[in-house]
Amino acid sequence: MSLPLTLGPARPVPLSGINPVAQLGALAFLLPVLLVSGDLVTPSVVLAAEVCLLPAAGLARPRALLARTWPLLLGAAGVAWVNVLFGDPAEGSGWPSALALAVRVLALALPGVLLVASTDPVRLADALTVHWRVSTRFAYGALAALRLVPLLATEWQTIRLARRARGIEPGRNPVAHVRLFAGTAFALLVAAVRRGTRLATAMDARGFDSGTVRTNARGSRLRRRDAAYLGGAAGVCALALVLSVGTGSWHPVFG
Amino acid sequence: MRLTGWGFRYASRLAWAARDVDLRVEPGERVLLTGASGAGKSTLLHALAGLLGPDEGEQTGTMTVGGQPPARARSGTAVVFQDPDAQLVMTRAGDDVAFALENAGMPPELIWPAVDEALAAVGFPYGRDRATAALSGGQKQRLVLAGALAGRPGLLLLDEPTAQLDPAGAELVRGAVARAVAARGTTLLVVDHDAAAWLPLVDRVVELHPDGGAVEHGAGWAPAPLRMPVRTPRAPGAPLLRAEAAGFTHRGSAVAALPPTDVAVPAGRTLAVTGPNGAGKSTLALLLAALRGPTTGRISAGSALTAGLPRPGRPPHRWRADHLVTRVGTVFQHPEHQFLTGRVRDELALGPLRSGAGDDAAHRRAEELMERLGLAALAEANPFTLSGGQQRRLSVATALATGPSVLVLDEPTFGQDRETWGELVALLAEQQDDGRALVLVTHDDAVVTALADDVLTLDPAAQRVPA
Repeated sequence: MSLPLTLGPARPVPLSGINPVAQLGALAFLLPVLLVSGDLVTPSVVLAAEVCLLPAAGLARPRALLARTWPLLLGAAGVAWVNVLFGDPAEGSGWPSALALAVRVLALALPGVLLVASTDPVRLADALTVHWRVSTRFAYGALAALRLVPLLATEWQTIRLARRARGIEPGRNPVAHVRLFAGTAFALLVAAVRRGTRLATAMDARGFDSGTVRTNARGSRLRRRDAAYLGGAAGVCALALVLSVGTGSWHPVFG
Repeated sequence: MRLTGWGFRYASRLAWAARDVDLRVEPGERVLLTGASGAGKSTLLHALAGLLGPDEGEQTGTMTVGGQPPARARSGTAVVFQDPDAQLVMTRAGDDVAFALENAGMPPELIWPAVDEALAAVGFPYGRDRATAALSGGQKQRLVLAGALAGRPGLLLLDEPTAQLDPAGAELVRGAVARAVAARGTTLLVVDHDAAAWLPLVDRVVELHPDGGAVEHGAGWAPAPLRMPVRTPRAPGAPLLRAEAAGFTHRGSAVAALPPTDVAVPAGRTLAVTGPNGAGKSTLALLLAALRGPTTGRISAGSALTAGLPRPGRPPHRWRADHLVTRVGTVFQHPEHQFLTGRVRDELALGPLRSGAGDDAAHRRAEELMERLGLAALAEANPFTLSGGQQRRLSVATALATGPSVLVLDEPTFGQDRETWGELVALLAEQQDDGRALVLVTHDDAVVTALADDVLTLDPAAQRVPA
């Protein structure tokens, strides 16, 4: 019994050619601009550029896109709604500022979606350890733990079914639902710790983190196109700022 | 490899995991280490791999690998454990084989030739870029073996490497081991309680005893035959469960986990469900156990089973759980999935309590089962601390506590040594004599021979074959 869950793209997509650290580096331009801007024009320009990259991350079909982004869309809609309800009318809130906020949330989160959709987690760990000197213990340890996530999803279902087999079912009682959830979660935690311990032993036996300096068979190279990607990100930010100031809508959050 | 009066006790335990072991293995020898569960086989292997430091517990006697303490000799030692999913680290086959070489600091330009050589040595049929998630259990374990061989270890340790595989997968792995050690450049130590399958591959057999010490078995040694129960098959009784073109597909999956299947479960008969991994055996068990509803076709229950239900026409998977446990009992592959309490006594009383028996009646039932199944001495023990064989007996007992007419068991003999195998099969034969219907999902041909009246072999072209 297994569930169809995978990590990273099934096969490389065009964006997989961009080094993960370049994708993360682009955030260095996007984050300050998005965090400071309080208007609608700036985040809209950034978001438009990000949406153009979606096909390159293999997310061209609306279905695949929706499967990856529905929590995000829901979150953005929630932020906007709360802002409409509770915003201070004196500060010119209401729909325009709520919309600006929702677009900012999307523009901030979409680079993460692009990274996850286009990147094999192994390449991410390689890039982080090679270029940013992230500790190999942390990067590959986290990678190994990530592999266990789909297995835990299967395990969760088995534990639920095993409880029914023992005569435990919540029925219509909400308190019983909460108790069953807590019990299942605890059983899953126990199972996860046991499997995690075995995995750690196996990695130990394969000489992981033994004190020898680790080499990297795949390596992680930064190429010209990675620089171009960073340049593109900077360009989009500059364009957004120019348009925003030019149309007179620029108004920073702090200031 | 040399052990003199070696013993080990885990820091958290009072009893010695292994003691008074004397063993001498010359380079290039192939040794099978066998013995009942709890005899300390795995402990010995972990110690040889240098994985048991002073933090883990207390050691007596001496143990050396290549004249050194095992922790120093670690770079020349490789280990393969039971569960492939708890050993693979990377997402692609080649990367995973390279993992240990990277850890050892091998220059990158030397790694890929070594990886290709190791993959070829185990007969891995796919390329380096194959996603590890898409492999079968047997192929995953082959890959783990390739990862262990890539560093050209002087000592290869295998800890029940085939215990979680179907017969075909186990054969794949043994074939790969045979190929890898053919050149005799590597010393091999295999730990397994299924000795017979490894005999053609090893030079010596050493048996560890639970009370301490090790015995060397001479040439021509063979494991004791399994204890088969004496039983007389019964004619099919009243129909209890029936699957009519019942199939199951996971949500979002394009492939059916179980293609439409027909099968009947009458009272007093035992149905064995066999077939390769991924054929849908466990899924069929979940459908017959009324834990899942089929996505196509239907499962129906006979009037002998639905008597006393408020709405007998409902499909079994819609029955309330407390109604279900007095009719169909399920034993999962891993007993710890279904333990819910902190004491063996409470674990056995839980089912009767949930299905409406009074407190006294439930505890009387628990006492009676503990007495019958030899668990009385463990009444106050925590179920999670029992040995594998004891856990299995307890999980069968919890299902029996509510007196179900049908018992569904998923791989009941999985991971059992010969002693517990015999106990378990005898226990199940008793259930047959009580007139219960049994559904056994299993890879174990011996259990099919011992217990089954009917055999359903699941294949892409499923068909029912009477035994």
